[in-house]
Amino acid sequence: MASESITEQALPKQHYLNADYGIWSWLLTTDHKRIALLYLMTVTVFFLLGGAFAVMVRLELLTPAGDLVQAETYNKMFTMHGVMMIFFFLIPAIPAVLGNFLIPIMVGARDLAFPRINLLSWYVFIVGGLFAFGAMLAGGVDTGWTFYTPYSSTYANTYVIATALGAFFTGFSSILTGLNFIVTIHKMRAPGLTWFRLPLFVWAHYATSVIQILGTPVIAITIILLAVERLFRIGIFDPALGGDPILFQHLFWFYSHPAVYIMILPSMGVISELITCFARKKIFGYHFIAFSSVAIALLGFLVWGHHMFVSGQSVFAGMIFSVLSMLVAIPSAVKVFNWTATLYKGSISYQAPMLYAMGFIGLFTIGGLTGLFLATLATDVHLHDTYFVVAHFHYIMVGGTIMGYLGGLHFWWPKISGRLYPDTWARFSALVIFVGFNLTFFPQFVLGYLGMPRRYHAYPEEFQVLNVMSSAGASILGIGYLIPLVYLMWSLRYGTPAGPNPWGAKGLEWQTTSPPPTFNFDETPEVTEEAYEYQKDYEKRYGKEQGVG
Amino acid sequence: MALILQSRGPQLPLFPQQASTFAEQVDYLYFFLLAVSVVLSVGIFSTVFYFALRYRRRSEDEIPKPIPESKALEAVWSAAPLAITMVMFVWGTALFFRMKTPPPNSIQINVVAKQWMWKIQHPTGRREINELHVPLGQPVKLRMISEDVIHSFYIPAFRVKQDVLPGPYYSSLWFEASKTGEYHLFCTEYCGTKHSGMIGRVVVMEPAAFEQWLAGVPVGETMEEAGERLFVQHNCNTCHNPGSGARGPLLDGLFGTQVALTGGGAAVMDESYIRESILMPAAKVVAGYRPVMPTFQGQINEEGILQLIAYVKSLRQRPAETARPGSQK
Amino acid sequence: MAEAAAIVAHQFDDPEQQRDSVSLGMWLFLIQEIMFFGGLFLGYTVYRYKFPEAFRIGSNQLDLLLGGVNTVVLIVSSLTMALAVHAAQLGKKKAIVWWLIATIVLGSVFLGIKGVEYGHKFDHHLFPGPHFVFEGPHARQVQLFFSFYFVMTGMHALHMVIGIGILAVLVWMAAIGRFHSAYYAPVEMTGLYWHFVDIVWIFLFPLLYLLGLDR
Repeated sequence: MASESITEQALPKQHYLNADYGIWSWLLTTDHKRIALLYLMTVTVFFLLGGAFAVMVRLELLTPAGDLVQAETYNKMFTMHGVMMIFFFLIPAIPAVLGNFLIPIMVGARDLAFPRINLLSWYVFIVGGLFAFGAMLAGGVDTGWTFYTPYSSTYANTYVIATALGAFFTGFSSILTGLNFIVTIHKMRAPGLTWFRLPLFVWAHYATSVIQILGTPVIAITIILLAVERLFRIGIFDPALGGDPILFQHLFWFYSHPAVYIMILPSMGVISELITCFARKKIFGYHFIAFSSVAIALLGFLVWGHHMFVSGQSVFAGMIFSVLSMLVAIPSAVKVFNWTATLYKGSISYQAPMLYAMGFIGLFTIGGLTGLFLATLATDVHLHDTYFVVAHFHYIMVGGTIMGYLGGLHFWWPKISGRLYPDTWARFSALVIFVGFNLTFFPQFVLGYLGMPRRYHAYPEEFQVLNVMSSAGASILGIGYLIPLVYLMWSLRYGTPAGPNPWGAKGLEWQTTSPPPTFNFDETPEVTEEAYEYQKDYEKRYGKEQGVG
Repeated sequence: MALILQSRGPQLPLFPQQASTFAEQVDYLYFFLLAVSVVLSVGIFSTVFYFALRYRRRSEDEIPKPIPESKALEAVWSAAPLAITMVMFVWGTALFFRMKTPPPNSIQINVVAKQWMWKIQHPTGRREINELHVPLGQPVKLRMISEDVIHSFYIPAFRVKQDVLPGPYYSSLWFEASKTGEYHLFCTEYCGTKHSGMIGRVVVMEPAAFEQWLAGVPVGETMEEAGERLFVQHNCNTCHNPGSGARGPLLDGLFGTQVALTGGGAAVMDESYIRESILMPAAKVVAGYRPVMPTFQGQINEEGILQLIAYVKSLRQRPAETARPGSQK
Repeated sequence: MAEAAAIVAHQFDDPEQQRDSVSLGMWLFLIQEIMFFGGLFLGYTVYRYKFPEAFRIGSNQLDLLLGGVNTVVLIVSSLTMALAVHAAQLGKKKAIVWWLIATIVLGSVFLGIKGVEYGHKFDHHLFPGPHFVFEGPHARQVQLFFSFYFVMTGMHALHMVIGIGILAVLVWMAAIGRFHSAYYAPVEMTGLYWHFVDIVWIFLFPLLYLLGLDR
């Protein structure tokens, strides 16, 4: 077994990676850990594709004239960027990679409730990916990722149905993952692991899974109706044929708003784990963070109309959606305050995962606050469909979700691979990403209030300086993303063996070897303490003092 | 504040001009939101930064002292954001209501959007493409419709925007220009290939200059006159006339009133109803009349429909005319 | 293998946990199916409210007799399905097989009648698209009605086809003696699915077929 000494660890003899070799042991695996790695490779491919489209967009926007590519090409670039990033990266990434790997281990189980459905979900994802990839190769789609009708139903002559079907299949994959998580968390917790002893990562994924089950089917049927309309030229959403384009928007956003909570809740779950470990302190307000996740999931279904304040929706409906959108901000604020309070009087170390976590807190705060500008009716009139919105959601999805994803990937990399990565390079990349990100997206808030619309191939000259700043930042951000690819791959071969618990963290996953054995534990663990009991031995070590506890 | 930011000049503008009565009001609300955001962001950033330094790990195996949880603190930092967001909500909604309620003395200008241009017509009949001339200090209401996909009419300097939908959905927005000059007009709902080319300018003129401009180019006919011409040209008057036994209801004075329909029910004769009757006449037939009106789909475009609407609106109840079947006020 | 022992998959600790998990999983799946069909029902309701006359006319074109017969067929198939589950609980191999086959037969009858109905609609040019022809008033909205008719009943039929496929697999499993009183979850879960598909039809039928009934 692994050596216990701090300075030198060895890889365990038998673990899930060397349990079996050969392509079929991977393609037909039912081991949740291997499936997580299959997903890791796939979402990384889509991240790079989506990123390539972003590069083209930012290159074009260096100059006011549309002189790099033709207008129709540009329209395809931003559409494909959005489609790939949202449906093929942001929605699956943390749940299907980190969630799949960790949730069974965190609850003390041997695998998820339905391992074969887990594998099926990956294949369904691949099918969706092939549709989207095929549509891209065949010429792409130019409707914007929001597919508004009647442009998408009647006017666009690009590969709308193929791309939409891609989203349909990844949606189905998402439903299967969510179903698996809910059953696993409900039914397969180890003895002693009550709901309120679960890691907050698990709570976050539970809330996410509820959204996946309830929301995704609605976009599924919307896509089918859109496809039917396009194929048979009937007026479901096309007003020229008697349909209602606003009905499309309602159906679309009924899913797509909760979808953004699918993208952020898992990342918040990661942050809870990182903050508590690297401050070496019990998380402040465990119950409040847990319930906030559920509140966000439920409230998130009631706010979709805030995307439609100027679309022709009634003023009264606008009012209702506005006040509910304010309400959904509160649980997120509560989380930010609780994470900050966890740092108070902690014992903080600055390894890369913690840098990502702290970056998340700052950037998510800005992203969340700028959402209030959009939830406020009168300001949204001015800001809707401008770069302010683009900046807002990138602060949340990139400054939030991706920072959480990378932080989590770095935190659990030793557990997943058995190896440590060079932390100096990791911290450097985290800083590069933080700087590059702000330089890219902060100017876009200014551009938005100035009035620069979204999805513009060419723009008035006075917007150029800010656009150049943004594109410059994007190049830095891109470099920041590429560096981890290099050193993480390097670590697979040359990284120091990590041992079971290189961070000294609490949580069941750190009580098994790195990498874990195929069935996660030699014996089913029994849980006897609360979550995050970093300070359990405080009294033993320092003695009883006045005012403790 | 706005002026300070604007004075950076054309090379690096940081703040848009304020050219409508709404702009200043929206900007006040914006500055409030900005202040709250800056305070909270700086607060969080600096607190995290400070804690990260102050409580950095001094020795490898140290254990920090447990701190008690605090339901009171949780309540405070739930209630405070709630209170602040409610202020935002109330303020924003009040202003939004005003933005949605045009004053009765607004002049109405029609806008027809199509891939990829804005076609504008003033009540006097003068037309523009991708340009909108308006007088200073006069409320203006735009009635808008699209010929194809959803567009969105956006004047950043006025802080106004509204999606423009294809028929049968009319949409509108209103503003009162407060500063002469030229301002950007953008389409801001993605509408296809030349979406970013669907731009133009809004020109705000002193009222006298505006009148001169309106009269400048001989137009020949006002919107209502154009509507009347179409009414005769397409033989509408052969059915919609005061003669007894007329095949269609007399339209005088009916605009804006409720009419009973065959098969039960009623409808208000508004712009949408008129448009629908021109394009799909069998949809809602006034009670007491047979569905014999032909459709004019393909013969009359959106601008023509707007002109006919203006004409019908202008018809007043003819004197000594008894109530006709099918109309009720 | 012991005849009374359940087959417990490796991730589960005991048969109870397996049964509970599988049951919860199926309910979650059905919940998302409700959301799926719910979107369709919402769209239908919106347009029915907008075009009441056209939808009444469209509904009148449907064959009430065939639809009614199908409703009875499907309800009876739910009965045979329930009896199959009951037989599985008791471990009666032959009964399971025959009740499952009866369910498959009834399901196929349903699909057959549906096919006949669809055939009639094609013949009368009532399939939405470029070849749609309707001689009465509100033709465009009647086409919209038929769009919803075909998508809703088509989705339902697709779910039935999948269900019949699963039933066929169950027939084979039952025939080789896989089910007994300690292990019959697959039959029970398929029963849940089949009942759900039945319930969707119970909603579809009045909404689509009974709309046109004159008072």
